[in-house]
Parts: sequence; structure tokens; C-alpha cells
Amino acid sequence: MRKRVIFNDKALPYLLLLPQVAITLIFFFWPAAQAVYFSTQIQDAFGLRSQFVWFENFGAILSDPNYLSSIRVTVVFSVSVTVLAIAPALLLSVMADKQIRGATTYKTLLIWPYAVAPAIAAVLWLFIFHPSVGLLGRFLVAIGVPWDYALNDAQALLLVVLASAWKQISYNFLFFLAGLQSIPRSVLEAAAIDGASQTRRFWTIVFPLLSPTTFFLLVVNLVYAFFDTFGTIHALTRGGPGTSTTTLIYRVYVDGRDNLNLGTSSAQSVVLMLFVIALTMIQFRYIERRVHY
Amino acid sequence: MLSRRSILQSTAAIGAVAAFSGARAQAQRTQVTFWYGLGQPLGGILEQVVAGFNASQNQYQVNPVFRGQYPETMVAAIAAFRAGNAPHIVQMFEVGTATMMAARGAVMPVHQLATDTGVAIDPAAYLPGVRGYYSAPDGKLMSMPFNSSTSILYYNKETFRKAGLNPDQPPKTWREVREAAQKIKSANAAPIPYATAWPTWVHYENFSAIHNVPLATKVNGMAGMDAELRINSPLHVRHLQMLMDMQKDGTFKYGGRDNAGEAVFVSGEAAIITTSSGYRARALRETPGAPASVGFGYLPYHDDAVQAPLNSIIGGASLWVMTAPNRTKEEYKAVAEFFRHVSRPEIDSKWSQDTGYVPITLAGAERLKESKFWQENPGTDIPTLQLTRGTATDNSLGLRLGNMPQIRVIIQEEMERAFQGQQTAEQASNAMVTRGNQVLREFERANRS
Repeated sequence: MRKRVIFNDKALPYLLLLPQVAITLIFFFWPAAQAVYFSTQIQDAFGLRSQFVWFENFGAILSDPNYLSSIRVTVVFSVSVTVLAIAPALLLSVMADKQIRGATTYKTLLIWPYAVAPAIAAVLWLFIFHPSVGLLGRFLVAIGVPWDYALNDAQALLLVVLASAWKQISYNFLFFLAGLQSIPRSVLEAAAIDGASQTRRFWTIVFPLLSPTTFFLLVVNLVYAFFDTFGTIHALTRGGPGTSTTTLIYRVYVDGRDNLNLGTSSAQSVVLMLFVIALTMIQFRYIERRVHY
Repeated sequence: MLSRRSILQSTAAIGAVAAFSGARAQAQRTQVTFWYGLGQPLGGILEQVVAGFNASQNQYQVNPVFRGQYPETMVAAIAAFRAGNAPHIVQMFEVGTATMMAARGAVMPVHQLATDTGVAIDPAAYLPGVRGYYSAPDGKLMSMPFNSSTSILYYNKETFRKAGLNPDQPPKTWREVREAAQKIKSANAAPIPYATAWPTWVHYENFSAIHNVPLATKVNGMAGMDAELRINSPLHVRHLQMLMDMQKDGTFKYGGRDNAGEAVFVSGEAAIITTSSGYRARALRETPGAPASVGFGYLPYHDDAVQAPLNSIIGGASLWVMTAPNRTKEEYKAVAEFFRHVSRPEIDSKWSQDTGYVPITLAGAERLKESKFWQENPGTDIPTLQLTRGTATDNSLGLRLGNMPQIRVIIQEEMERAFQGQQTAEQASNAMVTRGNQVLREFERANRS
């Protein structure tokens, strides 16, 4: 039988829960409720005049071709970032998991980029790829490649994707490494004795056994690409040229902070909130089903 | 013998006494908070002006606080107002003027401050172009003019020489800019013949003013919030087409939004650049071969569109007085005294000399003329002369459009699409107007009383 803690006092458990509940209410539920409230308002920057407009703000963003284009940008951006952050991480972790000299050093170096703040990472990329001050950028221009991400949609998107993915590789690497280490050696050895090649062992044993980790990372990376890449985009391209690197979260920032338009900015936040709720539900259902196998 | 410890103790005690008496002296003065948005070196010069005010009397103490660039300062001030503790004074960029002016109740107009505190602030003391920008339609001063600049042309004399151009003759018209750029390109004198910073301020706001064409209806928005953009006029379209052509044939290179384009001139890559007069200090410090290599000129114009270009309009920032619950009369008095201090001709002219901003008072400009500073430092007079030339019309008084920062971004986005060949000059101009008008209507709606 499981050992259970029994509280004699009815109030004590609630009291112990209170700090966590209070934090959740103040820092999560209260702002979320505010966002929902503001999404139904049209308000001036100083909050001196407010009008209740039902769902007009939602109508305004959904009929804005630039908003729809930023949805497209976000999808392309997020999928690219997720793929480019997961695939190299998997490769690197498989390599680092082997018995090689100095494995710890490699591991440390691979984990390092995770500690770099997004804005600093972006500046780093700027110094590499800027067409007139960046090392590689200057080189590309010198050999005749028309490299100028300030005025080329595709190049700008490529740059923010690379910079964002690079930041996330370390995180994925760490999880894959942990996942690899929990795969029983005996299974791999048995397969090796049966004559399975290294590639075959990877695809038939390692990869399936890693699938819970991969799925978890897929969700986490998508959320990262959606919400945590703001700093990189802001420092590298500011959403330009045109609106070619304006993702949904970047637009929330621009409309709310630069344009001081709380109504449409909140409406966009609410749309994003619904999206996250959906994503979380999918994750829970899937993981619930896959956790025992 | 004194032990080390007792020495430490006694110094600490002296320090504490000094700090205490310092605090008492401060407590007797009326404290005023001043948020500003100028990075270095300008921020440091601004702090010196404030320190000068604090030292000039013993009743008031202004405490300057750097709050990031202009947009950050603006957002911070608005957030502080919503929380009920706005700073007394906030420095606000010129394109935030419409937003601040619409915020009745959050700001105290300068003319009202003068009446309430009895400190005389005479609007007639300021340059008309500066005064007009920050005055209500009835001519009453709304905010305190402070750092004002205008856009001018800079060129690299070394490059001009290399290309066989006269290094003492800056191009005056766009035709001459194109010719010079063409020569620079064929002589391979510089990788970027012409560049620009502040694409909208130079090529739309100032462009419209000097060519005497409206940027928007309703006196560029100064006569009412229901203004509509007019930047798809034939002249505007033609000018954008010219930039697109130059971009295509390699005589112009778009360098990014706002001031991002400034980097290529000081690196020596660009031969000609149009940007703020406030760029002077940096150009003279960083350009290879400076100061001898840096030349100055007026903003170019299309000589077949206008015979004599009109005055250009200002950029920069002004100081706004913000309200808060339980703000005392004495605090407002301190603000008014500070404003009077910064408008004194000697402070104003020194500020202009140190920074490259234009003098904002007529007396300050007069002082600079008399001090021979303009003669001894070629090019320093161009911004003021350009701001005051001709007779200002409704098109060159200034502009006051709601959410102007957002409209600037829209214009830049459409320019970027046009430069990439995704749309024609006409399509770009129409898109700017359609999207910009939408922003103006949103602003009008949110600020309707």
C-alpha cells in the first residue's frame, strides 16, 4: 500500500498551496484576463479613453493581409527552425555519445550556445553575415554573391532561421544525449552480435526508443520558434525587409509596444493563446498515450 | 597609533555625515524627474546642461534619467502615467507629438504651465519652424522645443576628387546627385555612390516640405485628426521611381530603416549621404580623412518641380510636461524654471555648437552668427539656413499625424518591397497611402473624445 500523508487540519494543505496558486493567478491568469479584456477595447495610448467594440479587433487583424502573411511567415519559420534545430542536435548527440577522447569537452562546448542571450547571439550572427561589416557577408559580396539581407526577403528569413535554430541546438542536444544514455546497452549489443550495421541499429533501435524525446522536443521547439525568437528577429532584421520576417509574436510586440495599439495587439495575443492551448492539449493527449510502451 | 580599523571607521563616519547633509540639502530643493532618450555622447552633453541648471540656483533639482532610445522612453513614460507616477518631464521625439497632444489630461501644455506658474515663456523667442511644429492650431506652445535637427547632405571630398568632381561643390539638385553618382560609379571611386538614412524623414517628410507639396491633407494633419496621406502624388511617385532606378543601376544603395544607413558614410564606402544634421559630430569623428574629407550641402531638390526649394522641417525631440496625482505647484514651478534655463541664448547656442542640433531660439542663432562659429566651422550654418529659407507654407510648417512612427514603418516596408522589384513605384505609393490612412483612422477613433 502507498504511504499517504494525512493532514489533520483542513486549512493547512490549502495554505501550503497558496503561494503557488497566488503566483499563478497574479503572473499568468491576471495578465491573460487583461489581454482578453483589452482585445475587446479600442483605447488611446494613455488609457484615457476606452470603447468596448466586441470582436472588432479580431475582425481587423484577420482581414489584414499583412497579418495573414505573418501567419505564413510564422509557419515557414517555425517548421524550418524546428527541423534545423532537431536534426543536427540528434546527429551531434549520437556522435558525442560514442567512446571518444575528450567527449566531455565536446559536450561542454556543444551545450555552451544555450547560455548566450538571444540578442547577443543575434549580434554575433550580424558580425558574421552583415554585408558590409560581417566576415562571411563581406566574403560573399566579394566573390560576387548578391548578399544583402536588408533587401532580400529570402536571405533575411534564412538568416533569422539559422540564428534561431543555432541557439536551440544545445538544448536539443542535451535532451537527446540523456535519451541516448537511457537506452539499454544490452539491446544494442544483442543487435550488434546479430550482425546489424550501425545505421541499421540506429534506425531500428535507437530512433524508435528516442521517439518520446523527439516528440517532446518537437513541441518544445515549435513553442520556442513561436514565442522565444523575438529577440533574435528584433536584433537582426526588425521584421523586414517589408514584412518578410515578421512572425506573429513579433507583430504582437510591434503593435503593442511600438504602435501603442493595445486593442489589436491583445487580440493577437488571444489568438496566440488559443494556439498554445491547442498545442498543449495535443501534447498531453499524445504523451499520455505514448508514455508506457 | 591609529589602527587601520579606526581609520576606516572614521572615514565611514565622515562619509555618512557628508551623505546625510547632502541628502538634507537635496531634500530642501524641489525634486523634478526628467526622462530623456539620447544615447552617448549626446546624453552626456544633455546631463551637463541639467547640471548647469542645478548649479545655477539652490531651489530646484532636476534629476535626469536615461530611459533608452526615444521609442523606449515614450513607452516607459506612458506606462508610468498609467501607473500614476509619470516623470515631470519627458523627452519625446517629434513623431510622437500627435500622440502626446491628443493625450489631454496626461500632459500639461507649456503655455498653461507658463500661466499657472507665472514663469514667462515667450513663444516668439523660438524659430518659426520649431515653434510651429510644437504648437496647437491656435498658436499656443504645447511642448518645450529642445533638440531639433533637420536633414542635410554630406559628401566625401576625397571620393569626389577621385571621381574628377569638384570637391568644393556639393550637388544641389537630384539631377546633379545622379550625375555625380554616375561619375563616382564609372570612376569606381566608391562602392556606394549615394546612400540615405531616415528614408521617410528625408524622402517623404522633408521632401514634401521643400517641394511645397502636401504630405497629408489638413495642413499635414496640424489642422485636424481627419487628415489623409497624399504621398502618392506624381512627384512622390517619380521620386521613388528615381531611387528605384538608382538602386537598379548601382548608384544608390538602400541601407535599412531609420538611421541604419548611416554606417556606410563614416566607413568611407558611401560618397554621398542624406541624413540628420545631428550626424555631424559622428561624421567628423569617424570618417576616414575627416574633418578635411567631409563636405556639407543642402538637401537636394528637383529643379523642374520647384524653382526655389522651401524650408525643410525639423526632427529631433521636445520636452513634455506630464501630470500625475498629487503633483505640487512648486514642482511645476521647477519645471518651468528649467525650461526657461534651456531657452537662454547662451545655453541654446552652446548646445547647438556641442551637438550639431540647430539653435532653437532666434537669439541663440544670432549668437552663433556673431561668435563666428558658423564661419570658422563650414557647414554648421546649413541646417539653420535651410530651416529658415523662404516663406513657410501649409506644406512646410511641419506635420502632426497620429501614430506617425507606425506610418514611417509602413512607408519603409513598402519602399523595401519596391526596391526588391516586388512592386512598381506607383503600387508602392498607393499601398503606403492605403495602409497609412488605416492607421490614421484607427488613431482618430481611439482618440475621439
